[in-house]
Amino acid sequence: MPDHSGRTGGRAFPPTRQSVVAATRGDDADARRAAFEVLIALYWRSVYSHLRMKWRAEPADAEDLAQEFFARAMARGFFDDYDPARARFRAFLRTCLDRFVANARRGERRLKRGGGAKALSLDFAGAERDLAAATMDAAPESDGDAWFDRAWVRSLFADAVEALRAECAGTPREIRFRVFERHDLAPGDGTPRPGYRALGEELGLPVTQVTNHLAWARRELRRLVLDRLRSLSGSDAEFRAEAEDLFGVRIP
Amino acid sequence: MTLPEHALAHLQQVLRTPESAGERYTLHEPVGQGGMGTVYRASDRALGRDVAVKVLRGDVADAEAAVRLEREARILARLEHPGIVPVHDVGTLGDGRVFYVMKLVRGRRLQEFAGAAPRSDVLRVVLRVCETVGFAHAHGVVHRDLKPSNIMVGAFGEVLVLDWGIARVVGTGRAAARGEARPGLAAPASSGDPLPALHGVPEPDTAPGTVLGTPGFMAPEQARGEPALVDARTDVYGLGAILRAVVVREGDGRGVPRPLEAIWTRALSPDPAARYPSAADMAADITRFLDAQPVAAYREPLTERAGRVFRKYQTAILLVLTYLAVRLLFLVMRGY
Repeated sequence: MPDHSGRTGGRAFPPTRQSVVAATRGDDADARRAAFEVLIALYWRSVYSHLRMKWRAEPADAEDLAQEFFARAMARGFFDDYDPARARFRAFLRTCLDRFVANARRGERRLKRGGGAKALSLDFAGAERDLAAATMDAAPESDGDAWFDRAWVRSLFADAVEALRAECAGTPREIRFRVFERHDLAPGDGTPRPGYRALGEELGLPVTQVTNHLAWARRELRRLVLDRLRSLSGSDAEFRAEAEDLFGVRIP
Repeated sequence: MTLPEHALAHLQQVLRTPESAGERYTLHEPVGQGGMGTVYRASDRALGRDVAVKVLRGDVADAEAAVRLEREARILARLEHPGIVPVHDVGTLGDGRVFYVMKLVRGRRLQEFAGAAPRSDVLRVVLRVCETVGFAHAHGVVHRDLKPSNIMVGAFGEVLVLDWGIARVVGTGRAAARGEARPGLAAPASSGDPLPALHGVPEPDTAPGTVLGTPGFMAPEQARGEPALVDARTDVYGLGAILRAVVVREGDGRGVPRPLEAIWTRALSPDPAARYPSAADMAADITRFLDAQPVAAYREPLTERAGRVFRKYQTAILLVLTYLAVRLLFLVMRGY
């Protein structure tokens, strides 16, 4: 059973400038499977959120539908018809999902628990907790598509943060991740974010070192997010448009 | 791992913030958005103070936009006036984006201020805006994007005209050198200190048909994309639109004195020749209105003039009338 525990952690992720989207349609079966694993890792939360929030599926049904969707996408080549000139891949995947769910419901083929799909190891309980927390903060007018996009951005960033952690682990850069984690990933339970001085005292670093480490970690995180974005885009134009939306920067 | 909503929002914001590691300025949260750039609160490490840094927006970060942002900084640097934010520095970030540094101003935008202040205070703010714009005109600069959201009223009463991103230098070109300065703008021979020509810096729109500005506050000649017709009277139109917007709130124009209405009506004339020739002339009319003097934009009927004079000298008139009444009473009583 493949492990899609919700992250690629920087290990499964392909090197930069290689499109995962293109690889899902390639002839090499191994590359195809690997590409699907990356896609699933970064999209399953979006798919689950979409099923829950737009299609109002119960958690158990949403789990089954998500599993079935990815299983069929792999087996039947859902993404083979994708044309980068016509839409962003994200929008195409969402359309495929909508069509899949509409067909499933119209044909009264409601999937029984397990549904015949090969079970993927996905943390649906965690996704449900995230969804509950995000629902509390969401604007009332948030529609199903917005949930899909938001969950996708969350997966993208979460995966990049994990990759950053893995990159720093066991190296002298571990302290840089520690600074980043304490400052930028601080829990939002009402406790104020630690200041540079306080963080320096806590970690035994001068303030300038704290700001330098933080700047390095952010720069590296930006690179990792952009790497993922590039691989998940169907074309260069799509990548540039996504990067502009996310960071407001124009990629040369 | 999963990212909580607040952590994701924070990461998105910090990653959107332009890279400034190793620079003199550390950028923090965005505090404003202009047509070309985003303004961030920033720390000036060298002087240990907060400043505002305007950085070219990513989606317009091409070579021409960079030149224009620099041009905006240079225009602002030359316009030293209490109503214009002073510029401290200009430079380029590590990622190639141009930025400039200015004083960090805190306060309320004009529409917010106008919603809570008495009309006379609002008029004094508009008067200060007219004076500031008049100062720019005296230096050959037309703002071209005057609107309430570009006016900041500070905590200590300071009034600042912001976002000179599409300002145009029109009083110092070749036409001006030939002595053909446009109405309301400084000519080289004037007593003012005209802005020197910015060599090699293109104007934001030199091609006919290019429309820059904000609908509702944009003069007709600007909306039609006729840059050749832009002069001080283009800004007078914007000032008139601002005056009307802050006086007639939520579409309720009841109780607006006719002379005041006449001031913005004249400023908003579709024909530039029928407007005030300059922001200074409009400022003079607002001052007259505040001093209960007749305004140039309105021919006052005799009854209204009498009423205005009475309101202005109400106390003195009442004292004289009381004196005359007492005197009359005294004479009458003596006669009997």
